[in-house]
Amino acid sequence: MGFTTTGQRRFALNHPFPHFRPTLIVCTLLALLSGHNALADDAPPVAPMPYADAIAALKDRSFDLKAQAVDALVQSGNPLALAALKALVDGDLYYAQDDGRVVIAKDAAGGVLTTDAGSGAALGEAVKRDLKKIIINNTMRNQLRAAIARLSLASDNPDARLSAVLEILKDLTPEAVALLRTAREDEQSRRVREALDTALAIADVNADNKRARLAAIDELSASLYPEARNVLVPLAAKGADGEFVEPDAEIREAAAGAIRIIDGKREFYSTVETAFFGLSLGSVLLLAAIGLAITFGVMGVINMAHGELIMLGAYTTYVVQLLMPHHIEWSLLVAVPAAFLVAGLVGIAIERGVIRFLYGRPLETLLATFGISLILQQTVRTIFSPLNRSVETPQWMSGSLEINSVLSLTYNRLYIVLFSLMVFFALLAILKKTRLGLHVRAVSQNRAMARAMGIRTGWVDALTFGLGSGIAGVAGVALSQLTNVGPNLGQSYIIDSFMVVVFGGVGNLWGTLVGALSLGVVNKFLEPWAGAVLAKILVLVFIILFIQKKPRGLFPQKGRAVEH
Amino acid sequence: MSRTSLVTQMLTNDRGGRVFLAVLATVMVAVPVLNLLVPESSALHVSTYTVTLLGKYLCYALLAVALDLVWGYCGILSLGHAAFFALGGYAMGMYLMRRIGDRGVYGNPDLPDFMVFLNWHELPWYWHGFDSFLFAMIMVVLVPGLLAFVFGWLAFRSRVTGVYLSIITQALTFALMLAFFRNEMGFGGNNGLTDFKDILGFDLQSDATRVTLFAITGALLALGYVLSRYIVSSKLGRVVIAIRDAEDRARFIGYRVELYKLWVFVFSAVLAGIAGALYVPQVGIINPGEFSPLNSIELVVWVAVGGRGTLYGAVIGAVLVNYAKTFFTGALPEVWLFALGGLFVVVTVLLPRGIIGLAGQIKTHRQAKASKQSEALT
Repeated sequence: MGFTTTGQRRFALNHPFPHFRPTLIVCTLLALLSGHNALADDAPPVAPMPYADAIAALKDRSFDLKAQAVDALVQSGNPLALAALKALVDGDLYYAQDDGRVVIAKDAAGGVLTTDAGSGAALGEAVKRDLKKIIINNTMRNQLRAAIARLSLASDNPDARLSAVLEILKDLTPEAVALLRTAREDEQSRRVREALDTALAIADVNADNKRARLAAIDELSASLYPEARNVLVPLAAKGADGEFVEPDAEIREAAAGAIRIIDGKREFYSTVETAFFGLSLGSVLLLAAIGLAITFGVMGVINMAHGELIMLGAYTTYVVQLLMPHHIEWSLLVAVPAAFLVAGLVGIAIERGVIRFLYGRPLETLLATFGISLILQQTVRTIFSPLNRSVETPQWMSGSLEINSVLSLTYNRLYIVLFSLMVFFALLAILKKTRLGLHVRAVSQNRAMARAMGIRTGWVDALTFGLGSGIAGVAGVALSQLTNVGPNLGQSYIIDSFMVVVFGGVGNLWGTLVGALSLGVVNKFLEPWAGAVLAKILVLVFIILFIQKKPRGLFPQKGRAVEH
Repeated sequence: MSRTSLVTQMLTNDRGGRVFLAVLATVMVAVPVLNLLVPESSALHVSTYTVTLLGKYLCYALLAVALDLVWGYCGILSLGHAAFFALGGYAMGMYLMRRIGDRGVYGNPDLPDFMVFLNWHELPWYWHGFDSFLFAMIMVVLVPGLLAFVFGWLAFRSRVTGVYLSIITQALTFALMLAFFRNEMGFGGNNGLTDFKDILGFDLQSDATRVTLFAITGALLALGYVLSRYIVSSKLGRVVIAIRDAEDRARFIGYRVELYKLWVFVFSAVLAGIAGALYVPQVGIINPGEFSPLNSIELVVWVAVGGRGTLYGAVIGAVLVNYAKTFFTGALPEVWLFALGGLFVVVTVLLPRGIIGLAGQIKTHRQAKASKQSEALT
């Protein structure tokens, strides 16, 4: 996505006449294809069929004639040809029963919208009964795909050009190579250029000239396309008879070296990908745990209903989307403050109603809040049914950022990593920079002294608990984009959240950050060889053992505050 | 102090315990008689279903006694006691699986059904020996005991206490649950072990076997209670209570705090394992769900409802809450979680000493009121 826009912008800046380049390529193409036909068929050169005739010829029942018509369309250089060919391969090309006009039909409400394939003029709505589909066979489908790829090479859109190159890569004929070589000369987009270089190098690998072959191998070592590696492997491999397929030792060594480089790079990128997955899991853990870091870490309240507050946040997202079905794009922005308020208010109610009577009795708080979690779960089950609810993902969160052909990062995970860091730093700022934060820290360090200094401790307790709960609600909004929203959503995160807080060190937000991210990354790196469940078990066992060694976590609190 | 005098003292000081043992003895005699000797048409007949249900409650009661021992007397709130219960249950379940022999669905004399289904060809090494009842019973005691020993030794030695201990015990049972859900573990995965046929040759479906299992459960509950009572009245028990009330002080006086805690923890885990082993043949299934952290927390609530630190209170809590659960899940399934959740909150906020403590709470309340009135009069 990001690349598309920049690529187009660069293109527009560099080319005052954006139509110049495509026309050039189409002319070359035309010359090549006609030349090829002449050579291959060894027949007198046919006069190029005009575009309109070629379109009309598609109606013919003979697939051979249709195929010729397709060739003619490619040669015609007419900008409408691409749309017609695409419609043909998609089965959207029809001709009218009455006047025989070839039209492109797109499904619309009530009937089909037709466009004249010959002139590009919109013909308005039609009834499918009056149209007859132009049928193609599999041979033609392959021919069409290649033809579309060649025409797309001239497209203004770098994405279209890239997929065209990749399509052509599947079948590198000499004329296709020539075509790519021309395209390479004034290609502006870096990604397309890389793909073109790979394609050209693949073509050169089996050339006659040894120097060109070595240069091609060198070029391929920089490419991450699977086709590049596939071409190199036979060069370094032994055949069935135990002899090297490639007679030239130098080429063999170069190919083997290139494969090593490619494998090294792929391994690097897959490590990067695993690390990203780990960070993304870690940021989910961070979001889930950070509210707990406040209620448990700062206030010392073991809130077993924390997971249910997350669940409430997720359900708030669901309700917000129900309320604004036409603005899904904006729903998450509304849901974040809404979830904060809902979960925060429920949290304050819990604190005022129950927890306030239990300060200083942590184990009893654990039981009471567990009871509350059961009540919240059952409430949600009664209101929204026990089934999972589907929360929609806005357009801007779907899709992925393609770094290269091996590594692509999905946007929803990317946004959640960023979002969790934002929440973390916002919370840190509240605790360190605001008056409420000052009071919270004062009360958590020495309740009696804070009260003596005129701080309304009851009020601060309620607000702190509300803050922690509100953040749990915000986490719920993020989680609604990753997992199923159901009454059991919270339960699956509560144990993980406690592990993160205890591992990081109670009462230390930075510890929670480091704890969450490192547990996420470790988990994802264990997964490939241990499997998902075993990785989780290993992490749990690791934490159990870690707590024995450092009972107060990674970053223990120091000083007198510890005793309270 | 001689041993006999300790026992007499133990029994004379424990009025609630005497009542409990008397009631238990009555039930243990009455229920089998009413089931086997009274004809089914009679209103006094106790159905086999009820006998099994009562037997299940007694297993839970034994488990609750085990937890009360560590929580009420030693201050260790274990949120993973269901793990020991489930391990004992799995050991018994493995014996019962081996008893099936070739009567399974696939009729394989060497392998349990689920292994045939998973295409295994050989019995894993840890299944060997479970053909023997004696070996299985040793494992019922040994496996939970060993796990508790290793876990407790690590945790108590490094002085992990309070909330931290609760959370890592929860992690322990959670990890075990995940592990037992895996088919590769060889414990039947998701479905667990079920479809049992007989125990020591006695058909598990017959009334006589069920009543016998019920009676054995009652007897072991009584034995577990008396042993636990003996432990808490002994010198060891005194030290354990001292540790609960002031761990540092007990340590500074010179007691090896971790060893006392470890011993009580292991004993409690063994009791839980035995409860699990009694539970499985009566209920007829054991699956990884028994490891779920929710079960352990529910168990804590039984003890809290009954009143912790009394042992018989745990029994009352276990039976009452489970009876309520049976009633509600049958009659009003939606209400059960509301009721259980509400119970958690009410008990912790209003009844810190549970039902047993309620009488005392009312008494002190009355006294306070009376003294206030007398103050007002003077």
